[in-house]
Amino acid sequence: MELNKLTAHELIGQLESNKIKPDDILSSLKQRIQSINSKVKGYVRVSDLLSPQLEARSSKLPLKGIPVSIKDNICTEGYNTECCSKILTGFKPPYDATVIKKLKAAGATILPIKTNMDEFAFGSSTENSCFGPTHNPWNLDCVPGGSSGGSAAVVAADEAIVALGSDTGGSIRQPASFCGVVGLKPTYGRVSRYGLIAFASSLDQIGPLTKDVEDNAIMLNVISGYDPLDSTSVNIPVPDYTKTLGKNIKGLKIAIPKEYFISGIDSEVKTCIEEAINQMKQLGAITKEVSLPHTKYAVPVYYIIATAEASSNLARFDAVQYGLRVKAENLIDMYKKTRDQGFGDESKRRIILGTFALSHGYYDAYYSRALKVRTLIKSDFDSVFKEFDCIVAPTAPTTAFKIGEKTNDPLQMYLSDIFTISANLAGIPAISVPCGFTKKELPVGLQIFAKPFGEEIILQVAHTYEQATLWHKKKAKL
Amino acid sequence: MEITKDTVKHVGHLARIELQDKELDTLSIQLKSILDFIDQLKELNTKDVLPTSHILPLNNVLREDECRDSLTTEKALQNAPQKKDNFFVVPKIIE
Repeated sequence: MELNKLTAHELIGQLESNKIKPDDILSSLKQRIQSINSKVKGYVRVSDLLSPQLEARSSKLPLKGIPVSIKDNICTEGYNTECCSKILTGFKPPYDATVIKKLKAAGATILPIKTNMDEFAFGSSTENSCFGPTHNPWNLDCVPGGSSGGSAAVVAADEAIVALGSDTGGSIRQPASFCGVVGLKPTYGRVSRYGLIAFASSLDQIGPLTKDVEDNAIMLNVISGYDPLDSTSVNIPVPDYTKTLGKNIKGLKIAIPKEYFISGIDSEVKTCIEEAINQMKQLGAITKEVSLPHTKYAVPVYYIIATAEASSNLARFDAVQYGLRVKAENLIDMYKKTRDQGFGDESKRRIILGTFALSHGYYDAYYSRALKVRTLIKSDFDSVFKEFDCIVAPTAPTTAFKIGEKTNDPLQMYLSDIFTISANLAGIPAISVPCGFTKKELPVGLQIFAKPFGEEIILQVAHTYEQATLWHKKKAKL
Repeated sequence: MEITKDTVKHVGHLARIELQDKELDTLSIQLKSILDFIDQLKELNTKDVLPTSHILPLNNVLREDECRDSLTTEKALQNAPQKKDNFFVVPKIIE
């Protein structure tokens, strides 16, 4: 049996009954990675896989030695963490991120090779990686989405059991949608970001990418919780997210926001989403159209707030404490030359835009105004959640696009996040689950939002829908 | 809004990135189109709206001021491009 194809909960079952050992899973994954990664390129620095000290942890703890794949922006002690950027070449973190500590404490095996991403998570296609693009397992000419495109692709290609990504404007959900896997962005404050290399601190969250909803709940159980090392993490109890799985959704009130069915949405995507909504009605949910009137302002607000925060966060890459250093006569030139050679085009574009938005004379016109419109976007959601349990919409307006199709037009690339950005601005949780395929066999994702800390209801709805349709069982032919 | 090459060069200096001449050309065109797109925010009346800089109703997260474990000097320096004794080495900044 090919263990690499199974889910974590299936493997945990087999480990519990001693049918297999954790090392069997690891060797099955290694074999798959060695045969397929040269096509998919979901992992970077693959030679580190052969590191002799790597062995699966045999454990009585809940995750029982299950291997977990980690995005290249989450610190793993002793394993390179480079944000797929030249400026962090060779960086070996001296500590583990809190999520890594929690995974280890729950008995997981952390893979030493990391998943590919857009440099510093700046992008929607994983084409902005200094290692080159990842290819979508469903069609190798297409992007896997981004920025957690590597994590989504390795899960879809059965080169991983489960993976972690990060989501600042859709970077877990959009690639999950493009690759036909389940991806959750938790509520802002649910998961500690300690050890996540910061992009936009008021938006970033870490979350799981998995083959099904149950695995997502299992991972969320492990990584959630208050952490004194991240003062934005919230000290409220973590429920058992697997408990609501299997509970029916009869009478649940689901809102359908009309602004998410605008012109510009691919007609096949629209059909898949409409069929999914009908399916939810058949499962007993009550659906009703609502309005989130400020939706169209989410992208412009985001590209001010996210770039402003990024320009400040990325000031730390100064060639002094870690990473690349380009030699120069004086300190200022050392900074400027290192940052010119170390950052890729999109990183420079965002740092420049963010610095501009915060600069003297433009702060009020751009940054301050964006923060105010953020308030309006958040209030849209607040008023819908007074009446509804969740919101259902497409994850992205299209399926995976061709590699190279949008690289010359940053604005077109930014617009591929149009349906995912609002959740980050409002701080609410949202998931993408597979909901069908186009004629060209590309996956479509359904997005489910809930109010802050409403992950239980999201997972319940997603699981009920998933089990009624079984789209997640379909595998990419590689 | 017009974004000149000089503006981009100045912002590049503020951000401590030495941009090449070709990059100044591309960035001034791209920034103009991105900012024109962002200008749609001006359609909204935001006069009486309070800004949201942080989404959670948290304030003043404090902790006790007490000794606890931190990175050792050795670990803190392990990734330094250049170090000497217990210090990071940078180009001379005092004449």
